[in-house]
Amino acid sequence: MTIQKKLDRVKFSIFSPEMIRKMSAAKIIIPDTYDDDGYPIDGGLVDTRLGIVDPGLRCKTCGGRVKECPGHFGHIELIRPVIHVEFAKNILFTLRSTCLSCHRITTSKSQLQEIVKEVEKEAAEEPPIKVSKGKSEVAYAATEDSGVPALDSPEPLAPQEKKAEEKPKRVKKEPKQSKKCQKCGFDLIDIKLLKPTTFTKGKETMLPSEIRDWLAAIPDDDLRELGFDPVYSRPEWMILTVLAVPPVNVRPSITLETGERSEDDLTHKLVDIIRINQKLEANINAGAPQLIIEDLWELLQYHIVTYFNNETANIPPARHRSGRPLKTLAQRLKGKEGRFRYNLSGKRVNFSARTVISPDPSISMNEVGVPKTIAEELTVPMSVTDWNLDSCKTYIMSPEYPRAIYILRSDGKRLKVGDTEELRKQMAEDLKVGWIIERQLVDKDIALFNRQPSLHRISMMAHEVRVLPGKTFKLNPVVVSPYNADFDGDEMNLHIIQTEEAQAEARYLMKVEGQILSPRHGHAIIKPQEDHVSGLYFLTKDDTEFTKEDVSNILYRIGITELPESDCKGGKYSGKMIFSLLLPSDINAKIKSKLGEEIVIQKGKLLKGAIESRAIESELLEKIFILHGPEYTRKFLDTVTILALEVISMSGLSVSLKSYSLSKKAPEELKKLTDKLNREIDNLIIQYKNKTLERSPGLSLKDTLEGLIMQATAKAREDVGRLVEEDLSISNPSIIMAKIGARGSLLNAIQMSAIVAQQAVRSKRLARGYRGRTLPYFKPGVLTGKERGFVFSSFRKGLTPYEFIHHAMGGREALVNTAIRTARSGYMQRRLINALQDLIVYPDLTVRNADLSIVQFVYGGDGKDPVYATKAEVADFAKQDDVDTA
Amino acid sequence: MTTKKQFQVSITPYEAVGVVAAQSLGEPGTQMTMRTFHYAGVAEHVPTGLPRLIEIVDSKKEPKKPLIELYLKSSYARSASQAEEVARDLSSVFVSEVATVEDDLSDRTIAVIYNEKEAKGLGVTFAALKKAIELTYPNIKVLDNRIIIQFGKQKKKTSGEEVDVSLKSIRKTTNKIRETVVKGIKGITRAVVIRDNDEYFIRAAGSNLVGPIEHPAVDQTRIYTNNIKAIEKVFGIEAARNSIIREIKQVMDMQKLFVDIRHIMLIADAMCFSGTVKSIGRHGLSGERVGVLARAAFEETVKHLVNASANSESDNLIGVTENIIVGQTVPVGTGKIKVAIKSKKSK
Repeated sequence: MTIQKKLDRVKFSIFSPEMIRKMSAAKIIIPDTYDDDGYPIDGGLVDTRLGIVDPGLRCKTCGGRVKECPGHFGHIELIRPVIHVEFAKNILFTLRSTCLSCHRITTSKSQLQEIVKEVEKEAAEEPPIKVSKGKSEVAYAATEDSGVPALDSPEPLAPQEKKAEEKPKRVKKEPKQSKKCQKCGFDLIDIKLLKPTTFTKGKETMLPSEIRDWLAAIPDDDLRELGFDPVYSRPEWMILTVLAVPPVNVRPSITLETGERSEDDLTHKLVDIIRINQKLEANINAGAPQLIIEDLWELLQYHIVTYFNNETANIPPARHRSGRPLKTLAQRLKGKEGRFRYNLSGKRVNFSARTVISPDPSISMNEVGVPKTIAEELTVPMSVTDWNLDSCKTYIMSPEYPRAIYILRSDGKRLKVGDTEELRKQMAEDLKVGWIIERQLVDKDIALFNRQPSLHRISMMAHEVRVLPGKTFKLNPVVVSPYNADFDGDEMNLHIIQTEEAQAEARYLMKVEGQILSPRHGHAIIKPQEDHVSGLYFLTKDDTEFTKEDVSNILYRIGITELPESDCKGGKYSGKMIFSLLLPSDINAKIKSKLGEEIVIQKGKLLKGAIESRAIESELLEKIFILHGPEYTRKFLDTVTILALEVISMSGLSVSLKSYSLSKKAPEELKKLTDKLNREIDNLIIQYKNKTLERSPGLSLKDTLEGLIMQATAKAREDVGRLVEEDLSISNPSIIMAKIGARGSLLNAIQMSAIVAQQAVRSKRLARGYRGRTLPYFKPGVLTGKERGFVFSSFRKGLTPYEFIHHAMGGREALVNTAIRTARSGYMQRRLINALQDLIVYPDLTVRNADLSIVQFVYGGDGKDPVYATKAEVADFAKQDDVDTA
Repeated sequence: MTTKKQFQVSITPYEAVGVVAAQSLGEPGTQMTMRTFHYAGVAEHVPTGLPRLIEIVDSKKEPKKPLIELYLKSSYARSASQAEEVARDLSSVFVSEVATVEDDLSDRTIAVIYNEKEAKGLGVTFAALKKAIELTYPNIKVLDNRIIIQFGKQKKKTSGEEVDVSLKSIRKTTNKIRETVVKGIKGITRAVVIRDNDEYFIRAAGSNLVGPIEHPAVDQTRIYTNNIKAIEKVFGIEAARNSIIREIKQVMDMQKLFVDIRHIMLIADAMCFSGTVKSIGRHGLSGERVGVLARAAFEETVKHLVNASANSESDNLIGVTENIIVGQTVPVGTGKIKVAIKSKKSK
C-alpha cells in the first residue's frame, strides 16, 4: 500500500524575479530552436536543460528520458521592465491609492477609518456586493475615493467568457477628497490607464521602470493595507524584469509527415520576445536615439502582452503565418476547451468502453450485456486471499477468455502473465496471498453504465456485467428512461470499477434497482413502457383467457413451474389470474383507470379492471418498492415485462393504414364540423371589419380577433377529436395505445385520420411571408382559415401544397426551439450545479455550504428524503413522531 | 418499528442535496416548452417554461413582463363594478391617452389638446391634466381645451450666456409629456378585474408594490407580484424566498413537470440565505464561491487566477471542484466518511 498524500491547500502568489532566476535551469538567449542537424541549440528555446521531448536524448538537468523528465523552467532577462497585462488593473489601483512622492497610501489613518465605517454602514443599509476576498476593503475604498472615475469603458468581451467585468465596486457619495496626499501634502496627479498597458500621469506617459520604482518603494505596512502580501505578492513583481520560460514539455514541437518541424504557438511567441529583447539591447548599447529605444520597448511590451493573452482588448492579436491567431497562455486556460474545464474538471479514464446499444428484454434490468471482445480487453483487479487463491490460479493458468493478464506483486512489480503453459504454471505456483491479479471481465462484475448528456444522477448507474455474443452493449428496454436512450444508434459508455471500496459503493448505492424511484419527484422512473403496458392491458382485459398450453408456455418464461388451478370455463385460465401470480399478497388498491373503469386489487389479486400505465406505475410499482424494497421490485419488473412481452407476442398489436380510415359517414360529419368552423371564422372577421367585435381588455381589436379564431380552431379540433374517437372505436389499436398510456396520443390519431388542424408560429396563426398573406397564392389580407395555416386535410389523405408549406412553417419553429432550448437549459443547469454543488446535508440535517455556512436548518423543512417523503403510507407513519419541522 | 421507518424516510447524511436539486430543476429544462402564457387582458406574452425559469434563477431586477395581483378588502371585493372602479383608480393614465400632444418648432411651443371623449372614459378632468403637467412645467398657458408650454431661453452651463432652448430638447420634452402619468399609480398599467370564486381581484402589468399598498381598497396582506426583487425590497428576504419557491413551482406545474418541493426550496434558500437575493451564476452565488480553483473552473478563469495571486489567496480545497482538479476524493457522500476496521493483528 502506498501512502497517499493529501493536498491541504493551494496558494497563489506572484513570482519574484529572484524566484524565477532561482528555479530556472537555463538562461535563454538565442531566439531559435534547433540547429541545422536537428539538434537543440544550447541557450535556445528547446535547450536540453529545459527537459526533452525527442526520444533518445537525455535531459541535462535531471538526466531523465522522455517520460521521466518533468521539464524545467528557463528564463529570459528582459533588458527593460515590461508590464504584465493581466495585472494592469491591480497596478492602476495601487498607483492611485499611493502617493507619487512619499509612496504611502494617500488617505490618512483617521480618514481610512471613516471610510471603513461608512462602508460598513452602507453595507448594513444596502445589500452589499462582496469585495473580492483577501483584498482588504480599505484598498478598494481608498482607490475609489481618489476622485478619479472608475475604469473607463468596459473592454469588448470575448465571446464565450463574456462580461469579464470586474467586481462591482462601491461607489461613494464621499465628499470629494482633497487632491493632496494626507501623509506628505504632495499634490496628487491623476493616474490613468490607457488600455492595455500604457499608464499616464497627468499628461505624461509613465515608463514601466518608473512605475516599478514607485511600486517597489511602497512600505510593507501599506502593502498589507492594500491587500498585498509583502512576502508572496509584491506589487513591483507585477512588472516583469525576468520572464519565466516554460519547459518544453508544455510546448512540444510536432514533426509533420514531411519531416518538417512545427513549433508550438508559445515557442513562436518566445522567439519573438527574445529577438526584440536582443534588438533592444543592441540599440541601447549602441546609444541609439531615445525614440528608437522606446519604439522597441513598446514592441517588446506588445509581444509580452500577446504572450500572456492574445485576446487582450485594443490590441491586434498576434497571428501565425497562416493568419490564425496564436493560442497563448490565457487561451490555453480559458473556456470550455481550456485547461480548467477540459483537462482538470474532466479527466480521461482507463478501463472504459463505448459502443452502440441494443435492446435485450431477456436480461435483467440490473444487467448490462457486454460483448466478449470488450470483456477480453477490460480487466478487474482481484486481491489474492486465502479464500480465492485457487480461483486466482485458475485464471492465471487459463490460456483463453476468462484469464488473468497481469500479476501485481506486493513489492509493486507488475508481471505480464506468460503465454506459454510452463510460464503460466510457474506463475500460478509462485502466486502469493496479498498479491493482486488483473483478470478479464466476467459475469457478475460491477460496472458503471452511462449515457450522455448526463443530466441527472441516474444517467449513470451500476449494472452487473453479463458477457454476451455480439458487438453491442445490451440493456433491458425497461431502463432506457433514466438514460433517455433509444436504439436508433445511441452509444453508451461502460466503466469498470477498479477498487473494492468503489465496487462496494456502486453495488450498494448505484445499482439500477435502487434507482427505480426518481430523486426528482419520488415516482417511478424505471417502469413498464410502450409494449409492456399494452401487453399487460391485453393480459388483464376482462375477456382474456388462455388455454392450458399457452399458460404453460407463458409461466415457463417467467419462471413459474407449477401450474395453478384453472379459474375459467373449459379449463381455461384468465389473464387476471396469471397477472395476480406476480403480485405480492399485501397489495390492495381501488382506483379508477384511465379508461374510466374501476381497478380492484385485493390481497394481491387483481379482481376487476384492466391494468394500464398509471395503475402499474403508481399503484403497483411504487407500493411494491416501498413495501418490499429494491430487489423485490426489480424481480417483479423483470418478470412483469417478460410476461407482458410474451402476451403481446401472442396477441399481436399492429397498426396499418386501415386503422386510420374513418367510416363512410364520417367525412360528412367532418365536413359539417369544418363548415361550422369556417362560418364561425367568417362571422368573426365580419364583426371585426364592422368593428362590432368586442375588444378583450388589454388587447387590440386585431389580437382579439386572432385570439377568438384560435379558440374556434381549437374547439373545432376537439369536436373532430370526439368524432374520431367515436368512429375509430376502442378496438382500434392506436386508440387503445393512446388510452392506456402506452404510446401516442389521441391527437396523433386525429391528425392521421381526420384533420391536421391549425398550424401556428409563436402560438399565433401564420402571418408571415408576403404582405398580408403567407404565400403569393393567396389574396392579400384574407384572414380565413386556410389562408392562415388551418390544415383541413389529414395526413392520411395528404396535404395540399400550401398546407404542406404551412405545416412546415410550424414544424420549423419546433425544430428551432428545440435547438435553442437545449443550449439554454444546458447553460442554466451548469450554473445551477456550479452554484449548488457544495451543498450537502450534515448528520444534524442542516444543509451547509463547503465553508460550513448554513443554508437550511433542516433539509427541506422536514429532513425527509424526497424519494420517500411522497409515499403516503410511510410518510403518515413518520408524521406521528416528527423530528423537527422548523 | 417506528424508528426503523423514520430512519428510512430521513435524508441520508452527506447526501449531495445541492446537486440533486440542481439536476432536478435542470434536467426537465430540456423538456420544457418555450411557449409564453396569455393572461387575460394583462400582458400578452408572459414568459413561462424555460425562459421564465432562467429569469427567476438569474434574479433579474425586473422580469420581462412584470405582473401584480391585487386582492381587495372584502367591502370592495364582492362586486365587479366596485372592483372595476378600483382598477381604474390604480392603473396609470398617460397624457397621450387623454390628450393630443403636438409641438410647434417654429413657435417653440408644445400644445397639449385635451381630448374630452377619451378622457371622460378614463375619468380624467381637464384640471387634473393641467395639474399633472404643471408639476414639471410650471410655465403654462391655458386656451380653451389647450395647454400651451412656451419655451424661452436657457442658461448655458459652461459660459452662462442665454441661449434658445434647442429644438432637439423641445422634441424630447414633447415625448416626455406624452409619457407623463396623469392619474393612477406609476408603473401600474392595464389593470383588469378577474373573478376568483366569489370575489373579484385585480391583475395588472407592472410591479410597483408601494403604490397599491397605500390604496385604501387593496388588501395589503394578499398583494403579490412576480417581481422577486420588488418583493425582497418591500417585504424582505423571507417573502422573496417564498416567492421564488412559488414562481418556480408555478413554472413546473404549468408544464406538468413534477419536481419535489424540497429541491425548489433548496434552490430558493441557496439564493437567499446570505440575506439578499443572489443570482445563480457568475455575478451571484458562483462568483462568490470560496475556492479560487472552483471559480476559475466556472467562468472568467484568468481573472480569478490573477486576482488570487495578486492578493496571495489560498484555496483550501474544501469544495467539490477543487478536489476534482487536484485529483482527490470529493468531500461529499461516502467521501465524507471513513471506515475503520480493527485489524486481526492488533488485538
